[in-house]
Amino acid sequence: MTGNLILSNVTRQFGETTAVDRVSLSIQPGQFVGVIGRSGAGKSTLLRLINRLIDPGSGSVSFDGVEVTALKGKALRAWRRDCAMIFQQFNLVDRLDVLTNVLIGRLAEHGFLSSMAMRFTEEERAMAIQALDRLDLVPQALQRAGTLSGGQQQRVAIAKALVQQPKIMLADEPIASLDPANATRVMDGLKQINTEDGLTVLVNLHTLDTARAYCDRIVAMRAGRVMFDGTAHQLTDDVVRDIYGLDGFAEFNEAVTSTTARATGRVNEPA
Amino acid sequence: MTATTDFRDAPTQVSDDITRFEAEYAAQRRTARLAWMIGSALFFVVFLFTAWLGDFFKVTQVTLPDGSRDWRWIIPVGIPRLGDYIVNTIPTLRWDSLGSDLAEWFWRWRVWLDLLVETILIAFMATVLGVVGGFLLSFPAARNLAPNPWIYHICRRYLEITRTVPELVFALIFVFCFSIGPMAGVLAIGLGASGSLGKLYSEVNENIDMRPLEGVKAAGGTWFDQIRYGAVPQVLPNIISYTLLRFEINVRASSIVGYVGAGGLGQEFRTALSLQEYTDLSALFVIIFVTVMVIDYGSEKLRHRVIGLEARP
Repeated sequence: MTGNLILSNVTRQFGETTAVDRVSLSIQPGQFVGVIGRSGAGKSTLLRLINRLIDPGSGSVSFDGVEVTALKGKALRAWRRDCAMIFQQFNLVDRLDVLTNVLIGRLAEHGFLSSMAMRFTEEERAMAIQALDRLDLVPQALQRAGTLSGGQQQRVAIAKALVQQPKIMLADEPIASLDPANATRVMDGLKQINTEDGLTVLVNLHTLDTARAYCDRIVAMRAGRVMFDGTAHQLTDDVVRDIYGLDGFAEFNEAVTSTTARATGRVNEPA
Repeated sequence: MTATTDFRDAPTQVSDDITRFEAEYAAQRRTARLAWMIGSALFFVVFLFTAWLGDFFKVTQVTLPDGSRDWRWIIPVGIPRLGDYIVNTIPTLRWDSLGSDLAEWFWRWRVWLDLLVETILIAFMATVLGVVGGFLLSFPAARNLAPNPWIYHICRRYLEITRTVPELVFALIFVFCFSIGPMAGVLAIGLGASGSLGKLYSEVNENIDMRPLEGVKAAGGTWFDQIRYGAVPQVLPNIISYTLLRFEINVRASSIVGYVGAGGLGQEFRTALSLQEYTDLSALFVIIFVTVMVIDYGSEKLRHRVIGLEARP
């Protein structure tokens, strides 16, 4: 049972809509799992429920036999460190340099004062540089994160996730805002971490091709429910048509990499 | 030409629409005119009423040049007095004895210079206190960042109270507590500044991008980590800009709190007014005007530098 992530009957409602509906999954360590579904299927909510950015309405999430839904305070922060999360919009701090952005992954280990003073140890800095090196970003280490391209920013986010020394890596539409070349680099990076470090990777995708190319196991969601759970081979076009209908099938094939990216600009853009 | 014949034929068909438009237009104009008339009548009544409350129509008894007393409307009576006052404050400056005339005008320059330095130091220290207080409170007082509704409301109310009470009132209270001197001024202006700056900063905070904060939270960061790493870098340029603006305002404020004994040049105003040393008043005005101008100019330059920094990617 070491490192097993188990979801049982997890449900979460937002007002009238049930975003995640009685989802049960068991994910073994080292798996590369893709979660597919059209937008609004509940993929993003599912990931946020796992690392507790959202609390479930009912059901349980457990890891290694520890009930995640009951965690509080320091234990909750430690859990968030253990399951690193990567976002569609990268969620980096544009005005801080790349190195500091990566070091944010170490904050769970810090006390109040050293964190407020932005003081990190030499070992942590070395860790961050090594993580950046794995993703070919050392030359950019002292640049502001906001000046990097989308693909580079997402790789910074992966480096930040790596220094968290996580047990699971969650990725919420990591390539939806990227062009195909950068999308491939990011997915390759995730796959490399999965095979080399043996990290469990759970990634939300909205394209079938990417899911089939990278994932050992695919979970297909529709309207908050898990409709399919099996290997990439088992997820044939016929199965996809059965789940999503003809329209949905066409949508999966048309949408190559990009959902309409939400405006990425800062809200208080200077005039 | 066919076009003209077409055009000539058209009116019979279009005229219906046009007449309907004319009718609707006229009706619209009528309602607009009526609304405007009612609005202006209301405004006029309210304006006259407030003017009456403010004694603008008061008729007062005055002594005429021939010694007799008569009733006159207050405004034409008062305006010449304003002129007299201003004339009284103008010093006698003659070209051939300009140096000594200036020396006489600024006869207390040593005292005034000391007090001017004190005024600026009061403004500086009050700004520092205001920035510390306002900055710390601006995060719990921002709707999107407040850790819980209770803390949000407490911080908001505190900022409102410190903003509503005039600085002179705070100055009076602190003079009572800590005796006459610049310390009372520093505390009074600092308290007021913390209210205004906290409000301004919190509005900046409410406009930030929340995604970086989510990124910090997802990495296991505390609320303080989210603020320090996610929010502060985003708002820093705006905070510096507002702080410099506040320093300008505080220089003006600190030049008057001395009137109630809280240090700075204000106490000289009081002395000059009560001893009717009119030229002293104009000298003090010149000193404050020049100081405020210099500080405004410098801080504006700095502020534009900071804003320029932000504009760069």
